[in-house]
Amino acid sequence: MVNYLKKNFKLDNRSVYLRNLIIDGLEGGMRGHIGSSMSLVEILRVLYDDILHFNPKKTKLENRDRFILSKGHGCLALYSILIDKGFFSEKYLKSFCKIDSMLGGHPDYKIPGVETTTGSLGHGLSIGVGMAIALKIKKNKSKVYVVIGDGESNEGSIWEALMSAYKNKLDNLIIILDHNNLQTYGSPFQVAGLDKLKQKMISFGLITKEVNGHDVKGLKLALSKKKTNRPTMLICHTIKGKGISFAENNVNWHHKANLDSKTIESLRKSLNKPLII
Amino acid sequence: MRKKILEELYKAAKKNKKIVFIGSDLGPDILKNFKKDFPDRFFMEGAAEQNLISSASGMAHEGFIPYVNTIASFLTRRCYEQIYINLGMHKSRVRLIANGGGVVYAPLGPTHLALDDISLLKNIPNMTILVPADSVEVIKMMRATINHNGPIYFRIAKGGDPISTEGMYKKFKIGKPYKIGKEYKNIIVSTGVMLDTALKIRKELNSKKKQIGIVHCPTIKPLDSSEIKKIFKKTVNVITIEEHGLIGGLGSTINDILKLEKNKKIINLGFPDSFVKGYGRQHEMLKKYNLDFSGILKKIKKII
Repeated sequence: MVNYLKKNFKLDNRSVYLRNLIIDGLEGGMRGHIGSSMSLVEILRVLYDDILHFNPKKTKLENRDRFILSKGHGCLALYSILIDKGFFSEKYLKSFCKIDSMLGGHPDYKIPGVETTTGSLGHGLSIGVGMAIALKIKKNKSKVYVVIGDGESNEGSIWEALMSAYKNKLDNLIIILDHNNLQTYGSPFQVAGLDKLKQKMISFGLITKEVNGHDVKGLKLALSKKKTNRPTMLICHTIKGKGISFAENNVNWHHKANLDSKTIESLRKSLNKPLII
Repeated sequence: MRKKILEELYKAAKKNKKIVFIGSDLGPDILKNFKKDFPDRFFMEGAAEQNLISSASGMAHEGFIPYVNTIASFLTRRCYEQIYINLGMHKSRVRLIANGGGVVYAPLGPTHLALDDISLLKNIPNMTILVPADSVEVIKMMRATINHNGPIYFRIAKGGDPISTEGMYKKFKIGKPYKIGKEYKNIIVSTGVMLDTALKIRKELNSKKKQIGIVHCPTIKPLDSSEIKKIFKKTVNVITIEEHGLIGGLGSTINDILKLEKNKKIINLGFPDSFVKGYGRQHEMLKKYNLDFSGILKKIKKII
């Protein structure tokens, strides 16, 4: 079995910058899903930098690609890239999770750039399936990209959606699995008996690829448009908490509340120090 | 009514290219013509209700109007959260056609009964709950609601149900209660196929010189509360009857509306807060729980 995480990719300035925005959100709300957001950064960065067709000022354009963060608890990573792309201002991070804030602990469809509300696990992929079917009926060439989690894949509805995607030959649906191999209590196998994801995805009829989810070049290559006749599944092997040494692969950093300024400072320090390759 | 709503759906889909049909795992003859004439808008997606609802929401997001059809119990309880978030919160233009609301599937046992469907869906903001009494009414409902902005639940009975609403009104309007008779002191409030029972009871009582009116509520949510208050202004005895649990159905809706009104006695008749026992046919189950003609008549006679 290939160990996709063998090479520990050093975070470049852009990856550090996006993670600093995540910390801004954590600081604003004094809480958030740290590990689940940090593992996602390169996936979202490559999607928004190189793959997705969008216009931050015209979010309902018919020819936009649709993106759904089905593992909605990674929302801080999504907010960071949306801010970076100009969907809304960085100032909103200051009120993250506060009363009357636009940005809460899970994505809401009223936020510019967010297609659909997610948060309850296992919904977003089916919504993406519906969108992909609808685009086909409309003969619209746009694509639907859905990021799911491996913890989220405990949900039976994920597998219902995969069957439907395969049956309907949704070649316009690209599913990206943030496989950080750690959910709240332990690994997906320890908690839910879920392993051998690649074999499972292949057996569900998907064109299945694997990549190191922090390898920007590798992600770009894997997500580059290729003609298929089936839905694509890109399994991204990632490190939960990537970039924060003490949070990496640490179940205690899945989510934190009551974050004080000292902890925020330690997160920034850890992020901004050069990492060992 | 079950056949008519699908026939009407086919006719509507001919005119409106946004209409999509999604079934679970229904009989092979379901909407054959729809599948033949509009294959790109016909989907049979399996006994996977969670996926059915969420993907319908995705289609609605893209401007389509999906009609999702399966058995009422599975279309509500199994995928409640998907309905709550992806239809209710998003105000999705998705329509749920629920077969066998109430005890229609009594022979199949308690797993297939839907005596809580109205109650569950009533808790969802933006949801519209429609309970037609017969095939005449269901056609009017369909025609009037195609472009309604938000999700709709159609609680469909068995099929071949007696026609009770012929000539009652011309155009269906969401929320409107319909009054039958000019009697005000005693009124039966019904929804769905119970209207037929209410009409029979009224006929029987009127023949015995006892006066009773009927208010038919094809909409449970949003029910026009000011209209209800207006109709019931002079009413003393209000008797609600329904093929649903007593918690959260028509009766509780009427109770909520009339709770501050004075000089009224409200009696709610429906299924008790317990799992229904036994099998039999729909009419036998209604009789067992005193919700048939004679059971309800007996209770009304004691009141009026």
